[in-house]
Amino acid sequence: MTRVDIYRGWCKRCGICIAFCPKHVLDADQGLFPTVTDPEQCSGCKLCEMRCPDFAIVVTKDEKGKARGKAKSGSATG
Amino acid sequence: MRETSHFVHKYLRSSKRFPHIWCAGCGIGIFMQALIRVIDRLGYSKDAVVMVSGIGCSSRLPVYVDFNTLHATHGRALTFATGVKLANPDLKVITIMGDGDAVSIGGNHLIHAARRNVEIASFIVNNHVYGMTGGQSSPTTAYGTKTTSAPYGNLEAAFDISGLVEAAGAAFVGRTTVYHTPLMERLVEKSLTKKGFSMVEVLAQCVTYSGRWLGLNSPVEMMAWQRDNSVTVEKAQDLTPDELAGKIVIGVLADRERPSYEDEYAKLTAEKLKV
Repeated sequence: MTRVDIYRGWCKRCGICIAFCPKHVLDADQGLFPTVTDPEQCSGCKLCEMRCPDFAIVVTKDEKGKARGKAKSGSATG
Repeated sequence: MRETSHFVHKYLRSSKRFPHIWCAGCGIGIFMQALIRVIDRLGYSKDAVVMVSGIGCSSRLPVYVDFNTLHATHGRALTFATGVKLANPDLKVITIMGDGDAVSIGGNHLIHAARRNVEIASFIVNNHVYGMTGGQSSPTTAYGTKTTSAPYGNLEAAFDISGLVEAAGAAFVGRTTVYHTPLMERLVEKSLTKKGFSMVEVLAQCVTYSGRWLGLNSPVEMMAWQRDNSVTVEKAQDLTPDELAGKIVIGVLADRERPSYEDEYAKLTAEKLKV
């Protein structure tokens, strides 16, 4: 699964990442910070990372993502 | 906590305070990341890159990055950059300017840098307003738009920056918005690798000053506006002038081969030193 990390310390809560995510992976929490609500849907397109004006989002594509679906559960990263 | 580091971090000056000074949702940060992403992809060393800027919100950009940087006087980024390039043509010289900086006070320098075709990759972040000083009309503010200095609407016609630079003779001219991030990266890459003067006009949202007069109250609304009002160069060819009215034409607007000034200068000096 692709990982989306958000640095709250640098985030200014502008909402760009939430509004333009093609898969609606992100949503605002009570403090209006983006939070990942549907990680399974993330396609790893990195548009949220590229459009973040504050460098506060990092999308890490898991290279084993596809393979892991077929492999046994309980991998070291899980 | 998981250890993840944004790739941009290795190009930032750790002595500077972050988050940066730009307002929440400002387009300059999006452009900054695209620029660093392309420099990283092209593999330029930090010592080989020189970033020159003038005065304004976007001109604050070189302050944050760990390249050779020069924060010059208002409108004079291109004059300083020309000097740097001629003193050491091996350097990759980049200028970052805003619309007020580049086409108002620095308008003359812009057209003559393009005419001379000095190899400078210049980026003009166009937010249609003087953001840093409080939202006054700039030369690119659209006719009729209300600003702090034109509360009843701007009476002047807006400058077409790309058209101006193309007519002045630049080797490469492109226009994009910060919403179109992949296109922005492609244009930045073409600009950085182009022989001769190149200019990319980056339309960015000023949420604090431009947006509230336009009735667009959030960065999301402003970026959605960019998305809904842009047409690519290819599509624009099939549209009538009426259909194109009010639209932003994005893409590569000019790409041509012209001898660069520093090449001509090197040829001349080599010839004269032979005697």
